[in-house]
Amino acid sequence: MSTRLAEGGRLIDRSQAVKFTFNGKHFKGFAGDTLASALLANDQMMVGRSFKYHRPRGVVAAGAEEPNALVNLGKGGTFEPNQRATTTEVFDGLAATSQNHWPSLEFDVGAINTYLARFLPAGFYYKMFIHPRPFWKYIYEPFIRQSAGLGKAPKDRDADTYEHFHAFVDVLVIGGGIAGLAAAREAGRAGARVMLIEQTADWGGRAVVDGVKLGGKDAGVWVKDTLQELETMPNVDLRRRTMGAGVYDHGYVLAYERLRDHVPEMDGPRHRLWRIRARRTITATGAIERPLSFAGNDVPGVLLASAVRDYLVNFGVSVGDRTVVVTNNDDAYRTALALHSHGLIVPAIVDARPQGGGELAAAAKAAGIRVANGMAVAVVKGGKRVTGVTLCLQAGEGAPLEEIACDCVAMSGGWSPVVHLWSHCGGKLSWDDDQAMFRPDAGRPPTGADGAPMVIAAGTANGHLATAGAVADGWAAGLAAAKAAGHAGKTGTAPKGEDAAAAAPLPVWLMPQGASYAKRSKAWLDFQNDVKVSDVQLAAQEGFESVEHAKRYTTLGMATDQGKLSNINGLATLSNALNVTIPQVGTTTFRPPYTPISMGAIAGVARDALFQPVRKTPIHDWHEANGADFEPVGQWRRPYAFPRKGESVHDAVMREVKNTRTNVGLLDASTLGKLVVTGPDAGRFLDMLYTNMISTLPVGKCRYGLMCNENGFLIDDGVVARIDEQTWLCHTTTGGAERIHGHMEDWLQCEWWDWKVYVANVTEQFAQIGVVGPKARDVLESLGGMDLSKEALPFMQWADGKIGEFDARVYRISFSGELSYEVAVPASQGRAFWDALLKAGEAHGIMPYGTECLHIMRAEKGFIMIGDETDGTVIPQDLNLGWAISKKKDDYLGKRAQERSHMTDPNRWKLVGLETLDGSVIPDGAYAIGDGVNANGQRNTQGRVTSTYFSPTLGKGIAMGLVLNGPDRMGEVIEFTKGKDVTVKARIVDQVFYDKAGEKQNA
Amino acid sequence: MKHYSVFAVAREALRQHTGWDRAWAKAEPKKKYDVIIVGAGGHGLATAYYLGKNHGIRNVAILEKGWLGGGNTGRNTTIIRSNYLQDPSAAIYEKSRSLYETLSQDLNYNIMFSPRGVMMLAQTQHEIRGYQRTAHANGLQGVETAFIGPDKVKELCPIINISGPRYPVLGALWQPRGGTARHDAVAWGYARACSAMGMDIIQQCEVTGIRRDAGKVVGVDTTKGPIDCDKLALVTAGHIGVMANMAGFRLPVESLALQALVSEPIKPVMDVVVMANTVHGYMSQSDKGEMVIGGGTDGFNNYTQRGSFHHIEETVRALVETFPMISRLKMLRQWGGIVDMTGDRSPILSKTPVEGIFVNCGWGTGGFKAIPGSGWAMAELMAKGASPLTEEFSMWRFREGKFIDESVAAGVAH
Ligand SMILES: Cc1cc2nc3c(=O)[nH]c(=O)nc-3n(C[C@H](O)[C@H](O)[C@H](O)COP(=O)(O)OP(=O)(O)OC[C@H]3O[C@@H](n4cnc5c(N)ncnc54)[C@H](O)[C@@H]3O)c2cc1C
Repeated sequence: MSTRLAEGGRLIDRSQAVKFTFNGKHFKGFAGDTLASALLANDQMMVGRSFKYHRPRGVVAAGAEEPNALVNLGKGGTFEPNQRATTTEVFDGLAATSQNHWPSLEFDVGAINTYLARFLPAGFYYKMFIHPRPFWKYIYEPFIRQSAGLGKAPKDRDADTYEHFHAFVDVLVIGGGIAGLAAAREAGRAGARVMLIEQTADWGGRAVVDGVKLGGKDAGVWVKDTLQELETMPNVDLRRRTMGAGVYDHGYVLAYERLRDHVPEMDGPRHRLWRIRARRTITATGAIERPLSFAGNDVPGVLLASAVRDYLVNFGVSVGDRTVVVTNNDDAYRTALALHSHGLIVPAIVDARPQGGGELAAAAKAAGIRVANGMAVAVVKGGKRVTGVTLCLQAGEGAPLEEIACDCVAMSGGWSPVVHLWSHCGGKLSWDDDQAMFRPDAGRPPTGADGAPMVIAAGTANGHLATAGAVADGWAAGLAAAKAAGHAGKTGTAPKGEDAAAAAPLPVWLMPQGASYAKRSKAWLDFQNDVKVSDVQLAAQEGFESVEHAKRYTTLGMATDQGKLSNINGLATLSNALNVTIPQVGTTTFRPPYTPISMGAIAGVARDALFQPVRKTPIHDWHEANGADFEPVGQWRRPYAFPRKGESVHDAVMREVKNTRTNVGLLDASTLGKLVVTGPDAGRFLDMLYTNMISTLPVGKCRYGLMCNENGFLIDDGVVARIDEQTWLCHTTTGGAERIHGHMEDWLQCEWWDWKVYVANVTEQFAQIGVVGPKARDVLESLGGMDLSKEALPFMQWADGKIGEFDARVYRISFSGELSYEVAVPASQGRAFWDALLKAGEAHGIMPYGTECLHIMRAEKGFIMIGDETDGTVIPQDLNLGWAISKKKDDYLGKRAQERSHMTDPNRWKLVGLETLDGSVIPDGAYAIGDGVNANGQRNTQGRVTSTYFSPTLGKGIAMGLVLNGPDRMGEVIEFTKGKDVTVKARIVDQVFYDKAGEKQNA
Repeated sequence: MKHYSVFAVAREALRQHTGWDRAWAKAEPKKKYDVIIVGAGGHGLATAYYLGKNHGIRNVAILEKGWLGGGNTGRNTTIIRSNYLQDPSAAIYEKSRSLYETLSQDLNYNIMFSPRGVMMLAQTQHEIRGYQRTAHANGLQGVETAFIGPDKVKELCPIINISGPRYPVLGALWQPRGGTARHDAVAWGYARACSAMGMDIIQQCEVTGIRRDAGKVVGVDTTKGPIDCDKLALVTAGHIGVMANMAGFRLPVESLALQALVSEPIKPVMDVVVMANTVHGYMSQSDKGEMVIGGGTDGFNNYTQRGSFHHIEETVRALVETFPMISRLKMLRQWGGIVDMTGDRSPILSKTPVEGIFVNCGWGTGGFKAIPGSGWAMAELMAKGASPLTEEFSMWRFREGKFIDESVAAGVAH
């Protein structure tokens, strides 16, 4: 059985017991335990079920590579599925449940799949469930979906918060093992700004578990000394529980810090996403041990040899009383020796190498452990836990030679450097035949903006599996990185590591070498996704020869561990099946993140009200206090209408229109874009941007301008005012301000960079209020100040002055057809001015109005609205706006495009007014139906409605629309779509429904 | 070709699956083909398939520089819908969608078409009007869609937050027969069917040059040597500009990275596809249980098949807002593909200035859904010289200004 030993465990604090539950059962662990070590300490071997066959699954690893031990954690707002038990630190009150089974972990109906396994080989679903057709959606797919998936979905809102940090460093070191520590220390000594991050809670990595010697000291002592020195360096930042998640172009690295997962009662954000800009990044990310492929290697109790050692040394947990070690390399002997020294039984070390191992093997033999060279595991016995192994010759086909009773198997198929981060941004790998592994190819590194290598792999991650090489390589990497980042301070000498003389590993991709189909179909490559050696071989047989094809066909490496354990074994199996070398097969692409990171951390603080900035006008608070019904317009929220108590939004809109047309209305128009364009070449520039002539506009005057893109399509409109000789103020649409500003800068910076023009977006510097309606002048005059008479300030002019106490710039422009003043005051005076207007207007029946009223009034007047009458396919000529296109100019943006054949086609959809015969409102988006169908069987159309409203002024539905040759068809009646097979008839009329002569706006 | 069925699987199970053939034959180039197709993505393979199936043209080679289906076809988020606005788009996408309905049976390969329904959320007044317009257009185009209210949205997708403080859901355009399919299976299914018709699918064979004689194509140079042909189809998505350059003309296409990501798998919680365009993100749940997430393209031209992280961030932020429950799921993997964007965001299926060369490109961020329809139409264009489905998608429309703009409505209200 698996149990806690009476002594030992360098990471646990036996004085601090913690209580937790697993599937409702109460367990005890110690501070410093991972959930996996604590479960093993309580003899909980089985921790989950696999994805496809629902096979019993036990812990197999001790770190981030764990594919099996995934649990649901927490409750309610802190519930989270698929948490890796091996990287979850236990805390008091932790509640975990196992996943992917029904009704229980021990008895799972889905396990029937394991008996059907031979009917469910790789890719079976592509070959089945084809008939009858509706069955896929209604029967097969729901069934497959239900049995797939792993953890349960969270139901409640996330109770935690997250944040983002930015860091700018010279050298980022990822990985706090001996190579990373050596690298950080040397870079730090050289004077570089260093950040050193380590994904676990502890420094030192494997060396401290293995108890190797560094500079004559115990690795543990060396690590402690090194850390002490690092802690005194002000230029070094050390962070544990921080995982290097991804490397991106230009030296951008993403790291993921888990601040509170281990102390949930602590305040503050749960995770922190680090966005790091590093001149050089050192990946000292170590290596991961590979499983061996023998029949039954997935039975709970079969673990990586290094994991067995980790649990023993770090947590004082023995996974089994009798552990058979099976290996193809020397490293696993350490596990046997450690077990032995703790008084546990190692019945045999099964070494596939006929010549056996080196110094460590000799030590094992000297300790009296039986070593069986050239042997292999034929099959593992046991269902929910290991009961024994049968041995055979590695070179043979698996004829059983003897059986050994045991309750744990520690396997080692060699080591693979963690090359993910090296590879994310284009670093290439080379195959190392001697050590049977891919390692970073220093000659083909990922390069940064300067064309130089931006990532340096170091230590074991760079292929130096032994201590001496690893630590020296880390030291050299630290120096090189600091130097590349421009720091060459005084540094030390390379630490010296000591290693036992090792014998070469033997690549063993299948155990035994000639294993039968029965064995191969029980030899797991991917434990979570249930991919076996036979599946990869089937993929090869069926022509899925590319490693990407084989991966996708079998799902190898696509589980939540992303193939950390399975990929190399899988592609070696593939290469054998195809009879080509491993490097010829190549690896699949490494993609970020290294291990999964929470969506919450990615989103950061941008949630709910902070999801996007809310832009508020200086008058926003008044709107809120007075019951405005808001609509989002860009990042602004604008009042749609101001319904009064008991009034519907629709009724409010009607009232607002009527009141503005008869009395006076007040519009918060502050959101309108205001761009100041100034400079000696500003006139010339604006002549290029607008279709109209802007340079000739006299100072003091306003002109309605149109802007098109290079394709000739109308993109924005607004009133331009000439402020002085060199300065214009361009109004844009609310949604257009930033876009048009960008558009201007784009042309200025990329095309006309030698023109002297400056653009400033002053939208937020002013509050702009429309005082609109027959009594507008009366209201303003009652405040006193500048002369606002028709003579002093006629339509389409502007003037600076005082209105009452307020510094005002008054534009006489109208988007409603009424007498209208748009008054800009400094933003700081906006609210006071609004209040003053309301007060002064009381006697005149003033009421604020919202965007919908604005829309209706402009539609009644036949004014176009960008986004309604335009949609990116409409040219000004379609909107009868030819008058706003200067014939005198040689060029403007869009001019050439508007001369293209389709644009000058006489048969285009053009703007008209529309009036239904029955007075009803044409639905939004309706199309005008044409005769017959087109070549693709679609009903022909001859136009569409662009704006459609009930007009309270006219007491009926009015609309504008684009209709084929519309202006030539006045009076004609056409049909619009209204619903399924229902249409509405409308007459083509002039688009101006209100005050055609323009007397009111000119008044 | 061995017929796939549950019985075949059962039979093979009894003999350790030794009887399964290659899904598609290994092929080395012949000296000459009637038609060469460059690019074994979905569009190239489907073009070949319908050339054979509908037009009896079977002396065809499909050349692929990497592994078939390894471009955008194997990287996309598999949304299938046809609720497009403009007539020519609706025609080809609906043709495609309807072919998807029976594709598993046609190919005898389960491509797992799952018409679970697609909804596009309206979160501004402007969007409501836009989608209502689309619904009206779809009605006349024979595409089944409807504009639905927020309650119905919630009923169809309970995990949506319809009353977010920033952009509450005001309704949605709903296409009940839209959905998803398994992307690899589409490529593999077509490849298997093409191979069964005797066509050569040649992988690891990069086209490096296009040989012409007197304004007419005569063949291609490849990493496996020169190959002659009468007609040539260029179907290489993000690398179409490179191909056009080889053929001596230019195309109005930009290559941009489009990224996607998946969460770790969870039990089923979402049975529809949701697209939220105001906040820029979309999500569905795969049969495996992963939440499949995508957003907008990166802002710069790029050939690297990877993108910048801030786009991932933007997308995830949008979706955490729309589906608060995903906050505690984890991102398992992110990746990118290089998409071919035209000026009007619509594809090009067209003859070219070089006689005998045809292009099928510009599918950009949304061409997975179009694979069967595009193949069907392209085959007709190549076999007969014209197709009503490709009529409006010629490359000369840019010269005439006759765009098919699906990204309608640039501006927002005053
Ligand atoms: C992240 C992402 C998400 C997407 N989501 C969706 C979605 O949800 N719904 C949807 O409908 N669409 C989606 N798309 C778009 C869709 O994937 C593509 O439009 C579609 O797959 C394009 O298919 P294709 O056959 O044209 O191109 P590809 O599949 O890219 O095939 C082109 C092939 O040409 C090959 N090639 C290139 N150059 C050469 C050469 N010189 N010689 C030989 N071969 C060459 C390439 O290797 C490649 O295999 C998405 C795309 C991406 C990247």
